[in-house]
This record gives sequence, structure tokens and C-alpha cells, in this order.
Amino acid sequence: MSSRRSRSRQSGSSRITDDQIRDLVTKLQQLLPEIRERRPDKESAARVLQETCNYIRNLHREVDDLSERLSELLTTTDTAQAAIIRNLLMQ
Amino acid sequence: MKNPSSSSVKSRFTRRFLRALIKINRQKPSSSSSREIFLRYRRIRIAADKAMACVIGSRRAWSRAVLRRIKNQKRKRLADSLRRSNGIHGMKKMVAKEEDEISYEQENELRKLVPGVGAMDLCSMLDETAHYVMCLATQVQVMRKIVDFYST
Repeated sequence: MSSRRSRSRQSGSSRITDDQIRDLVTKLQQLLPEIRERRPDKESAARVLQETCNYIRNLHREVDDLSERLSELLTTTDTAQAAIIRNLLMQ
Repeated sequence: MKNPSSSSVKSRFTRRFLRALIKINRQKPSSSSSREIFLRYRRIRIAADKAMACVIGSRRAWSRAVLRRIKNQKRKRLADSLRRSNGIHGMKKMVAKEEDEISYEQENELRKLVPGVGAMDLCSMLDETAHYVMCLATQVQVMRKIVDFYST
């Protein structure tokens, strides 16, 4: 953090933006299972963004997979069970 | 920006998605050919994305973009929106901190993955990304639970 403040290449207003970006990157890091445990100042913004991209791609793939499995399961399942599921998941 | 609690997002998504699944399941096809299964998979996938986007509604750029995309799906606008969201040329926002720089390529990569952020500044995009990731993870969590339940 101190290294950024000592840099005088940017005006005051963009230093505030840098802080905002830093905060948002830290907030993002908290959501990433791979690196959320690591200390925020140890992770570079670049790394967090990289992990975010990987994580989103994985989640997209999972939604695809789970949709496929659901479509296979639905062909063999009774509709009445859906009501039971709803109750189960609402607890 | 006030965000709804993640547990309320979870339960609202669950309800909507289950309702959609029941509807899809009611349209039981005569055969379970691989084509039928594929069409059903597609319908389920769209239902899941739509359910989550509906829960968030017009509050967020990503949810608006998802709802738009689903609406325009037949007109194959998907290809267009991907092209449009390839980042703004010349808007190079960097966090200049030794090796801690966010490259233009990385920012671009993220813009392609998060719906609706094509024209946003970096700050807004990061905020939008965090919300999108939270909702996507919730969507996956609920879908997994449903699959596990059906699998037993």
C-alpha cells in the first residue's frame, strides 16, 4: 500500500479510484474458494482477476453439467416428488 | 447499493427454479431419445439462468443482460453481444502497483464472462462481478442439492 502512495504519477482523484479498486478486488477475493483464505495484501489484483475468470468458467461448466444430469433424471422421476423437494429445500 | 440477503436469494431462486422444473417435467415426451434429453437439458439450463436473473430482476446490469439474452435467443443476438462486450478500446484502467497491474487483456477476459458489463468502468465491473459470482455460486449450490435429491 505504501508503495502506491509514494508514486506520484497520478492525481489525487485517481488515487481514490485505486483504493476503490483495491477494496473491490479484496471483496472479490473473499468469494473465491481457491484463494479466499490468503491475506488480501498478499494477493495481486491480477491473480484475483485470474482466479475470478477461472471460477466463473467452472461455475458455468457446473451449471451445464447439472442441467444435463437433471434432464436425464427428470425422464425417470415422478412429478409428485417435486412438491416434496420444494418442502425439503424450503426448510 | 443494497443487496438482498443471500439466503433470500437462495430460497427465491429455489422456488422459481423448482416451479420451472415441474413445468418442464410435465411436458413428458413420448420417447427419451438423446435429442429429447438434449432439448430438455437446454430448457433446464435456460430455466436456471432465467430463474436467478428474475430473482435479481432489473437491479443489476448482469441480470438485465441475461433476461435480454434469453428473450432474444431466437434472434441469435448472443453472438452480437459477445462481440460488443469485448471491452472499450482506449479505456485502459490499471491498478499500478508493481506486479499488481490489471492488464487490459485480463479485464477483457472478465468482461466476456460477466453478462452486461461491456460498457462499464473497471470499478463498476468489479462490483457487478462480485454480485454475479455470488448469485452463480448460489445457483450451482441449489442445483446440486436438487440433483442429489433426485439421485437417491
